[in-house]
Amino acid sequence: MFKRIAFTVNGKAYNFEVDVRESLLDVLRSHLGFTGAKQGCGVGECGACSVLIDGVPYDTCIYLAVWADGKDIKTIEGVAEKNGELSDVQKAFVEEGAVQCGFCTPGLVLTTTALKESGKDYTREELKRELSGHLCRCTGYQSILKAAEKSLEGHVCTCVDSPHYKGK
Amino acid sequence: MYDIKGYFDAETVSEATALLADNPNLKLIAGGTDVLIKMHGGQLEDAELLSLRKIKSLENIHVAEDGTIIIGAMATFSMIFHNPILKDLIPILTEAAISMGGPQIRNIATIGGNVCNGATSADSASSLFALNAQLRLQDKNGERVVPIREFYLGPGKVALNPGEILTEILIGPKDYQGFGGQYIKFAMREAMDIATLGVAVVCKVQSGNFEEVRIGLGVAGPTPLRCLEAEEYAKGKKITSETLAEIGKLAVKSAKARTSWRASKEYREHLVEELTQRALKIAVVNAGGAEVV
Repeated sequence: MFKRIAFTVNGKAYNFEVDVRESLLDVLRSHLGFTGAKQGCGVGECGACSVLIDGVPYDTCIYLAVWADGKDIKTIEGVAEKNGELSDVQKAFVEEGAVQCGFCTPGLVLTTTALKESGKDYTREELKRELSGHLCRCTGYQSILKAAEKSLEGHVCTCVDSPHYKGK
Repeated sequence: MYDIKGYFDAETVSEATALLADNPNLKLIAGGTDVLIKMHGGQLEDAELLSLRKIKSLENIHVAEDGTIIIGAMATFSMIFHNPILKDLIPILTEAAISMGGPQIRNIATIGGNVCNGATSADSASSLFALNAQLRLQDKNGERVVPIREFYLGPGKVALNPGEILTEILIGPKDYQGFGGQYIKFAMREAMDIATLGVAVVCKVQSGNFEEVRIGLGVAGPTPLRCLEAEEYAKGKKITSETLAEIGKLAVKSAKARTSWRASKEYREHLVEELTQRALKIAVVNAGGAEVV
Protein backbone atom coordinates (compact mmCIF):
# COMPACT_ATOMS: atom_id res chain seq x y z
CA MET A 1 0.00 0.00 0.00
CA PHE A 2 1.40 3.37 -1.04
CA LYS A 3 0.49 6.92 -0.11
CA ARG A 4 1.58 10.14 -1.76
CA ILE A 5 3.11 12.64 0.65
CA ALA A 6 4.75 16.05 0.34
CA PHE A 7 7.35 17.37 2.74
CA THR A 8 10.60 19.33 2.84
CA VAL A 9 14.00 18.14 3.98
CA ASN A 10 16.59 20.83 4.74
CA GLY A 11 14.53 23.32 2.76
CA LYS A 12 14.12 21.18 -0.35
CA ALA A 13 10.60 20.06 -1.29
CA TYR A 14 9.84 16.39 -1.99
CA ASN A 15 6.65 14.84 -3.28
CA PHE A 16 6.46 11.11 -3.84
CA GLU A 17 4.74 7.87 -2.92
CA VAL A 18 5.88 6.08 0.19
CA ASP A 19 5.17 2.54 1.26
CA VAL A 20 2.97 2.76 4.39
CA ARG A 21 5.19 0.12 6.00
CA GLU A 22 8.24 2.38 5.93
CA SER A 23 9.55 4.47 8.77
CA LEU A 24 10.70 8.01 8.11
CA LEU A 25 14.21 6.73 8.82
CA ASP A 26 13.89 4.21 5.96
CA VAL A 27 12.81 6.99 3.60
CA LEU A 28 15.49 9.45 4.70
CA ARG A 29 18.33 6.94 4.48
CA SER A 30 17.38 4.58 1.67
CA HIS A 31 15.45 6.78 -0.74
CA LEU A 32 16.82 10.26 -0.13
CA GLY A 33 20.38 9.46 0.97
CA PHE A 34 20.32 11.39 4.25
CA THR A 35 22.48 8.81 5.99
CA GLY A 36 23.37 11.21 8.79
CA ALA A 37 20.32 9.83 10.57
CA LYS A 38 21.50 6.50 12.02
CA GLN A 39 19.67 3.29 12.70
CA GLY A 40 20.57 2.34 16.26
CA CYS A 41 18.17 0.48 18.52
CA GLY A 42 15.17 0.69 16.18
CA VAL A 43 12.77 1.12 19.12
CA GLY A 44 13.07 4.79 20.03
CA GLU A 45 15.51 4.49 22.90
CA CYS A 46 18.93 5.53 21.62
CA GLY A 47 18.17 8.72 19.67
CA ALA A 48 20.67 7.99 16.85
CA CYS A 49 17.87 8.41 14.30
CA SER A 50 16.53 11.69 15.70
CA VAL A 51 15.78 14.54 13.31
CA LEU A 52 13.87 17.78 13.75
CA ILE A 53 10.30 17.75 12.45
CA ASP A 54 8.84 21.26 12.47
CA GLY A 55 11.72 22.12 14.79
CA VAL A 56 11.02 19.38 17.36
CA PRO A 57 13.20 16.29 17.87
CA TYR A 58 11.58 12.94 17.04
CA ASP A 59 12.96 9.42 16.71
CA THR A 60 12.43 8.59 13.04
CA CYS A 61 12.77 4.81 13.48
CA ILE A 62 9.35 4.82 15.15
CA TYR A 63 7.84 7.60 13.04
CA LEU A 64 5.91 6.30 10.04
CA ALA A 65 6.92 7.94 6.78
CA VAL A 66 3.27 8.77 5.97
CA TRP A 67 3.18 10.98 9.07
CA ALA A 68 5.75 13.30 7.45
CA ASP A 69 3.12 14.62 5.05
CA GLY A 70 3.21 18.42 5.17
CA LYS A 71 6.15 18.51 7.58
CA ASP A 72 9.37 20.47 7.51
CA ILE A 73 12.29 18.16 8.33
CA LYS A 74 15.84 19.04 9.27
CA THR A 75 18.57 16.42 9.28
CA ILE A 76 22.22 16.81 10.25
CA GLU A 77 23.03 17.44 6.57
CA GLY A 78 21.06 20.69 6.81
CA VAL A 79 22.69 22.12 9.93
CA ALA A 80 25.89 23.65 8.52
CA GLU A 81 25.88 26.79 6.37
CA LYS A 82 25.57 26.33 2.61
CA ASN A 83 29.25 27.31 2.21
CA GLY A 84 30.20 24.44 4.50
CA GLU A 85 30.85 26.51 7.60
CA LEU A 86 29.80 24.63 10.73
CA SER A 87 26.94 25.94 12.89
CA ASP A 88 27.68 27.26 16.38
CA VAL A 89 26.39 24.00 17.87
CA GLN A 90 28.62 21.91 15.61
CA LYS A 91 31.62 24.11 16.44
CA ALA A 92 30.92 23.68 20.16
CA PHE A 93 30.85 19.87 19.76
CA VAL A 94 34.20 19.97 17.94
CA GLU A 95 35.80 22.37 20.39
CA GLU A 96 34.71 20.37 23.44
CA GLY A 97 35.78 17.04 21.93
CA ALA A 98 32.21 15.80 22.24
CA VAL A 99 32.55 13.53 19.21
CA GLN A 100 34.23 10.16 19.31
CA CYS A 101 32.76 7.38 17.17
CA GLY A 102 30.17 9.87 15.94
CA PHE A 103 27.13 7.61 15.87
CA CYS A 104 25.15 9.65 18.43
CA THR A 105 26.46 13.01 17.21
CA PRO A 106 23.87 13.87 14.52
CA GLY A 107 21.00 13.35 16.97
CA LEU A 108 22.69 15.25 19.77
CA VAL A 109 23.61 18.17 17.51
CA LEU A 110 20.02 18.36 16.23
CA THR A 111 18.46 18.25 19.70
CA THR A 112 20.93 20.88 20.92
CA THR A 113 20.07 22.97 17.84
CA ALA A 114 16.38 22.75 18.75
CA LEU A 115 17.16 23.84 22.32
CA LYS A 116 19.19 26.79 21.03
CA GLU A 117 16.48 27.81 18.58
CA SER A 118 13.83 27.65 21.31
CA GLY A 119 15.45 30.75 22.84
CA LYS A 120 14.57 29.42 26.30
CA ASP A 121 16.86 29.33 29.32
CA TYR A 122 17.91 26.00 30.78
CA THR A 123 19.55 24.87 33.98
CA ARG A 124 22.22 22.20 33.82
CA GLU A 125 19.71 19.67 35.14
CA GLU A 126 17.14 20.64 32.53
CA LEU A 127 19.78 20.33 29.82
CA LYS A 128 20.64 16.83 31.00
CA ARG A 129 16.97 15.95 30.89
CA GLU A 130 16.56 17.35 27.37
CA LEU A 131 19.56 15.36 26.14
CA SER A 132 18.54 12.15 27.92
CA GLY A 133 16.97 10.65 24.80
CA HIS A 134 20.41 10.18 23.21
CA LEU A 135 22.69 7.35 24.22
CA CYS A 136 26.44 7.80 23.83
CA ARG A 137 28.70 4.83 24.56
CA CYS A 138 32.01 6.69 24.07
CA THR A 139 32.22 9.99 25.84
CA GLY A 140 30.66 9.53 29.27
CA TYR A 141 28.50 12.58 28.43
CA GLN A 142 30.61 15.23 30.19
CA SER A 143 32.03 16.65 26.98
CA ILE A 144 28.60 16.52 25.34
CA LEU A 145 27.05 18.43 28.23
CA LYS A 146 29.86 21.00 28.01
CA ALA A 147 29.29 21.34 24.27
CA ALA A 148 25.56 21.83 24.82
CA GLU A 149 26.23 24.45 27.48
CA LYS A 150 28.63 26.23 25.16
CA SER A 151 26.05 26.13 22.37
CA LEU A 152 23.47 27.72 24.64
CA GLU A 153 25.81 30.36 26.06
CA GLY A 154 23.79 33.03 27.82
CA HIS A 155 20.86 30.66 28.18
CA VAL A 156 22.26 28.29 30.79
CA CYS A 157 22.04 29.24 34.40
CA THR A 158 23.16 27.44 37.51
CA CYS A 159 23.46 30.43 39.83
CA VAL A 160 21.48 30.52 43.06
CA ASP A 161 19.53 33.69 42.25
CA SER A 162 18.31 32.29 38.93
CA PRO A 163 14.60 31.60 38.65
CA HIS A 164 15.68 28.18 37.40
CA TYR A 165 17.68 27.34 40.48
CA LYS A 166 16.29 24.22 42.11
CA GLY A 167 19.25 22.92 44.11
CA LYS A 168 19.88 23.02 47.85
CA MET B 1 9.75 -2.28 7.38
CA TYR B 2 6.78 -2.62 9.66
CA ASP B 3 4.31 -5.44 9.16
CA ILE B 4 1.45 -3.13 8.09
CA LYS B 5 -1.23 -4.49 5.80
CA GLY B 6 -3.43 -1.41 5.61
CA TYR B 7 -3.28 2.18 6.77
CA PHE B 8 -6.14 4.65 7.25
CA ASP B 9 -6.20 8.24 8.42
CA ALA B 10 -9.18 9.78 10.18
CA GLU B 11 -9.53 13.56 10.33
CA THR B 12 -12.40 13.68 12.83
CA VAL B 13 -13.64 11.47 15.66
CA SER B 14 -16.85 10.63 13.78
CA GLU B 15 -14.82 9.62 10.74
CA ALA B 16 -12.68 7.39 12.96
CA THR B 17 -15.66 5.74 14.67
CA ALA B 18 -17.32 5.16 11.28
CA LEU B 19 -14.18 3.51 9.88
CA LEU B 20 -13.87 1.44 13.02
CA ALA B 21 -17.51 0.34 12.82
CA ASP B 22 -16.96 -0.82 9.23
CA ASN B 23 -13.80 -2.71 10.05
CA PRO B 24 -13.44 -3.87 13.66
CA ASN B 25 -10.00 -5.33 12.86
CA LEU B 26 -8.47 -1.88 12.63
CA LYS B 27 -5.77 -1.28 15.22
CA LEU B 28 -5.78 2.27 16.56
CA ILE B 29 -2.47 4.08 16.46
CA ALA B 30 -1.77 7.38 18.22
CA GLY B 31 1.90 8.20 18.90
CA GLY B 32 2.99 4.72 17.90
CA THR B 33 5.53 4.35 20.72
CA ASP B 34 3.82 1.16 21.89
CA VAL B 35 2.16 -0.11 18.69
CA LEU B 36 5.25 0.20 16.47
CA ILE B 37 7.47 -1.32 19.17
CA LYS B 38 5.12 -4.31 19.36
CA MET B 39 5.34 -4.70 15.58
CA HIS B 40 9.11 -4.43 15.73
CA GLY B 41 9.12 -7.24 18.29
CA GLY B 42 6.79 -9.41 16.21
CA GLN B 43 3.93 -9.25 18.73
CA LEU B 44 1.64 -7.56 16.23
CA GLU B 45 1.49 -8.86 12.67
CA ASP B 46 -0.38 -7.98 9.49
CA ALA B 47 -1.75 -4.86 11.14
CA GLU B 48 -4.43 -2.68 9.63
CA LEU B 49 -3.85 0.67 11.26
CA LEU B 50 -6.27 3.49 11.88
CA SER B 51 -4.27 6.59 12.70
CA LEU B 52 -5.76 9.25 14.97
CA ARG B 53 -2.87 11.63 14.40
CA LYS B 54 -4.79 14.02 12.17
CA ILE B 55 -7.61 14.56 14.69
CA LYS B 56 -6.33 17.83 16.11
CA SER B 57 -9.43 18.35 18.28
CA LEU B 58 -8.22 15.48 20.48
CA GLU B 59 -5.07 17.41 21.46
CA ASN B 60 -7.04 20.02 23.37
CA ILE B 61 -6.39 20.55 27.09
CA HIS B 62 -8.78 22.86 28.93
CA VAL B 63 -10.93 23.42 32.00
CA ALA B 64 -14.69 23.37 31.56
CA GLU B 65 -16.93 25.95 33.24
CA ASP B 66 -17.80 23.59 36.09
CA GLY B 67 -14.08 23.13 36.83
CA THR B 68 -13.68 19.74 35.15
CA ILE B 69 -10.21 19.33 33.64
CA ILE B 70 -10.50 17.88 30.13
CA ILE B 71 -7.44 16.35 28.49
CA GLY B 72 -7.76 15.21 24.89
CA ALA B 73 -6.56 11.65 24.37
CA MET B 74 -4.07 12.75 21.70
CA ALA B 75 -2.30 15.24 23.99
CA THR B 76 1.36 14.24 24.09
CA PHE B 77 3.38 13.92 27.28
CA SER B 78 5.31 17.05 26.24
CA MET B 79 2.06 18.99 25.84
CA ILE B 80 0.92 17.82 29.26
CA PHE B 81 4.19 18.70 30.96
CA HIS B 82 4.31 22.17 29.39
CA ASN B 83 0.65 22.96 30.01
CA PRO B 84 0.50 25.76 32.62
CA ILE B 85 -3.07 24.89 33.70
CA LEU B 86 -2.21 21.26 34.46
CA LYS B 87 1.03 22.28 36.17
CA ASP B 88 -0.96 24.55 38.44
CA LEU B 89 -3.99 22.34 39.13
CA ILE B 90 -2.72 18.75 38.99
CA PRO B 91 1.10 18.75 39.18
CA ILE B 92 1.14 15.02 39.99
CA LEU B 93 0.14 14.41 36.38
CA THR B 94 2.68 16.82 34.84
CA GLU B 95 5.42 15.29 37.01
CA ALA B 96 4.39 11.83 35.85
CA ALA B 97 4.45 13.06 32.26
CA ILE B 98 8.02 14.37 32.45
CA SER B 99 9.20 11.12 34.06
CA MET B 100 8.16 9.09 31.01
CA GLY B 101 10.74 7.95 28.44
CA GLY B 102 12.97 10.65 26.97
CA PRO B 103 12.25 13.93 25.18
CA GLN B 104 11.73 12.46 21.70
CA ILE B 105 9.29 9.87 23.09
CA ARG B 106 7.40 12.51 25.10
CA ASN B 107 7.09 14.61 21.94
CA ILE B 108 4.96 11.94 20.27
CA ALA B 109 3.60 9.52 22.88
CA THR B 110 0.04 10.38 23.90
CA ILE B 111 -1.76 10.05 27.21
CA GLY B 112 -4.65 8.25 25.52
CA GLY B 113 -2.28 5.68 24.06
CA ASN B 114 -0.59 5.29 27.42
CA VAL B 115 -3.94 4.47 29.06
CA CYS B 116 -5.29 2.23 26.27
CA ASN B 117 -2.09 0.21 26.11
CA GLY B 118 -3.18 -1.16 29.48
CA ALA B 119 0.26 -1.46 31.08
CA THR B 120 0.52 -1.38 34.85
CA SER B 121 3.75 0.58 34.36
CA ALA B 122 2.03 3.36 32.39
CA ASP B 123 3.59 6.47 33.88
CA SER B 124 0.35 8.45 33.76
CA ALA B 125 -1.72 5.70 35.39
CA SER B 126 -0.95 6.05 39.10
CA SER B 127 -1.66 9.80 38.95
CA LEU B 128 -4.87 9.30 36.96
CA PHE B 129 -5.98 6.67 39.51
CA ALA B 130 -5.24 8.99 42.44
CA LEU B 131 -7.13 11.79 40.66
CA ASN B 132 -10.19 9.58 40.08
CA ALA B 133 -10.01 10.25 36.35
CA GLN B 134 -12.98 9.41 34.12
CA LEU B 135 -12.59 8.31 30.52
CA ARG B 136 -14.90 9.38 27.71
CA LEU B 137 -15.26 6.59 25.16
CA GLN B 138 -16.99 7.15 21.86
CA ASP B 139 -18.28 4.82 19.18
CA LYS B 140 -20.46 5.25 16.12
CA ASN B 141 -23.67 5.25 18.16
CA GLY B 142 -22.73 7.49 21.04
CA GLU B 143 -20.48 7.79 24.06
CA ARG B 144 -20.08 6.63 27.64
CA VAL B 145 -17.95 7.72 30.56
CA VAL B 146 -16.05 5.11 32.59
CA PRO B 147 -14.02 5.57 35.79
CA ILE B 148 -10.38 4.70 35.11
CA ARG B 149 -10.47 2.05 37.86
CA GLU B 150 -13.02 0.09 35.82
CA PHE B 151 -11.07 0.52 32.60
CA TYR B 152 -8.00 -1.56 33.40
CA LEU B 153 -9.01 -5.24 33.24
CA GLY B 154 -5.64 -6.99 33.25
CA PRO B 155 -2.14 -6.74 31.81
CA GLY B 156 -2.57 -5.10 28.38
CA LYS B 157 -6.36 -5.47 28.65
CA VAL B 158 -8.71 -2.51 28.86
CA ALA B 159 -12.48 -2.10 28.73
CA LEU B 160 -12.52 -0.59 25.27
CA ASN B 161 -15.35 -2.25 23.35
CA PRO B 162 -14.95 -3.03 19.65
CA GLY B 163 -15.59 0.19 17.74
CA GLU B 164 -14.77 2.48 20.66
CA ILE B 165 -12.18 5.25 20.85
CA LEU B 166 -10.93 6.99 23.98
CA THR B 167 -11.50 10.67 23.29
CA GLU B 168 -11.04 12.51 26.58
CA ILE B 169 -9.75 12.13 30.10
CA LEU B 170 -11.82 14.02 32.66
CA ILE B 171 -10.90 15.07 36.18
CA GLY B 172 -13.78 16.53 38.15
CA PRO B 173 -13.36 19.58 40.44
CA LYS B 174 -14.27 17.63 43.60
CA ASP B 175 -11.39 15.26 42.85
CA TYR B 176 -8.61 17.85 42.69
CA GLN B 177 -9.74 21.17 44.22
CA GLY B 178 -8.31 21.63 47.71
CA PHE B 179 -6.00 18.63 47.36
CA GLY B 180 -2.22 18.55 47.60
CA GLY B 181 -0.38 15.75 45.88
CA GLN B 182 2.94 14.14 45.11
CA TYR B 183 4.17 11.68 42.50
CA ILE B 184 7.23 9.47 42.87
CA LYS B 185 8.59 7.29 40.10
CA PHE B 186 11.07 4.75 41.34
CA ALA B 187 13.32 3.41 38.60
CA MET B 188 16.93 2.41 38.15
CA ARG B 189 17.69 5.37 35.88
CA GLU B 190 16.46 8.95 35.87
CA ALA B 191 15.42 8.83 32.21
CA MET B 192 14.45 6.28 29.56
CA ASP B 193 13.37 3.70 32.11
CA ILE B 194 10.28 1.76 33.07
CA ALA B 195 9.12 2.30 36.63
CA THR B 196 9.91 -0.29 39.26
CA LEU B 197 7.10 1.38 41.16
CA GLY B 198 4.98 4.47 40.57
CA VAL B 199 3.27 6.16 43.51
CA ALA B 200 0.82 9.04 43.26
CA VAL B 201 -0.99 10.42 46.28
CA VAL B 202 -3.38 13.28 46.88
CA CYS B 203 -4.74 14.43 50.22
CA LYS B 204 -6.96 17.03 51.78
CA VAL B 205 -5.98 18.37 55.16
CA GLN B 206 -8.27 19.85 57.83
CA SER B 207 -6.78 21.27 61.08
CA GLY B 208 -4.03 18.68 61.35
CA ASN B 209 -6.17 15.73 60.26
CA PHE B 210 -6.51 13.89 56.98
CA GLU B 211 -9.89 14.72 55.50
CA GLU B 212 -9.35 12.52 52.48
CA VAL B 213 -6.44 10.53 51.02
CA ARG B 214 -6.21 8.76 47.68
CA ILE B 215 -3.27 6.54 46.74
CA GLY B 216 -2.61 5.28 43.21
CA LEU B 217 0.09 2.69 42.54
CA GLY B 218 1.62 1.52 39.28
CA VAL B 219 3.59 -1.74 38.89
CA ALA B 220 2.29 -2.89 42.28
CA GLY B 221 -0.04 -5.41 40.60
CA PRO B 222 -1.18 -6.62 37.18
CA THR B 223 -2.97 -3.28 36.68
CA PRO B 224 -2.55 0.12 38.30
CA LEU B 225 -4.52 0.15 41.54
CA ARG B 226 -5.82 2.19 44.45
CA CYS B 227 -5.11 1.48 48.12
CA LEU B 228 -8.67 1.66 49.40
CA GLU B 229 -8.02 0.13 52.80
CA ALA B 230 -5.26 2.62 53.58
CA GLU B 231 -7.41 5.48 52.26
CA GLU B 232 -10.34 4.48 54.47
CA TYR B 233 -8.06 4.21 57.51
CA ALA B 234 -6.58 7.66 56.90
CA LYS B 235 -9.94 9.46 56.92
CA GLY B 236 -10.13 11.82 59.91
CA LYS B 237 -6.85 10.59 61.43
CA LYS B 238 -4.39 13.02 62.96
CA ILE B 239 -1.41 13.54 60.65
CA THR B 240 1.49 11.97 62.52
CA SER B 241 4.38 9.74 61.53
CA GLU B 242 2.53 6.86 63.23
CA THR B 243 -0.53 7.42 61.03
CA LEU B 244 1.70 7.55 57.95
CA ALA B 245 3.45 4.34 59.00
CA GLU B 246 0.09 2.56 59.31
CA ILE B 247 -1.04 3.92 55.93
CA GLY B 248 2.18 2.54 54.42
CA LYS B 249 1.51 -0.90 55.93
CA LEU B 250 -2.10 -0.93 54.74
CA ALA B 251 -1.05 0.17 51.25
CA VAL B 252 1.00 -3.03 50.96
CA LYS B 253 -2.20 -5.01 51.63
CA SER B 254 -3.84 -3.57 48.50
CA ALA B 255 -0.77 -4.19 46.38
CA LYS B 256 -0.48 -7.42 44.43
CA ALA B 257 3.20 -7.12 43.71
CA ARG B 258 5.05 -9.91 41.96
CA THR B 259 8.61 -10.78 41.22
CA SER B 260 9.88 -9.72 37.81
CA TRP B 261 13.38 -9.26 36.52
CA ARG B 262 13.13 -5.61 37.52
CA ALA B 263 12.53 -6.28 41.21
CA SER B 264 11.37 -8.97 43.63
CA LYS B 265 7.93 -9.01 45.22
CA GLU B 266 9.46 -8.30 48.63
CA TYR B 267 11.43 -5.33 47.33
CA ARG B 268 8.37 -3.87 45.62
CA GLU B 269 6.32 -4.24 48.81
CA HIS B 270 9.04 -2.46 50.73
CA LEU B 271 8.90 0.32 48.13
CA VAL B 272 5.11 0.57 48.45
CA GLU B 273 5.31 0.94 52.22
CA GLU B 274 8.17 3.46 52.16
CA LEU B 275 7.32 5.56 49.11
CA THR B 276 3.63 5.93 50.04
CA GLN B 277 4.77 7.57 53.27
CA ARG B 278 7.38 9.75 51.56
CA ALA B 279 4.88 10.91 48.95
CA LEU B 280 2.23 11.63 51.59
CA LYS B 281 4.66 13.69 53.68
CA ILE B 282 5.19 16.04 50.75
CA ALA B 283 1.52 15.93 49.72
CA VAL B 284 0.50 17.08 53.21
CA VAL B 285 2.70 20.16 52.88
CA ASN B 286 1.39 20.76 49.33
CA ALA B 287 -2.14 20.57 50.75
CA GLY B 288 -1.33 23.31 53.25
CA GLY B 289 -0.67 21.08 56.26
CA ALA B 290 2.30 21.20 58.62
CA GLU B 291 5.42 19.21 57.89
CA VAL B 292 5.44 15.78 59.56
CA VAL B 293 8.68 15.20 61.45
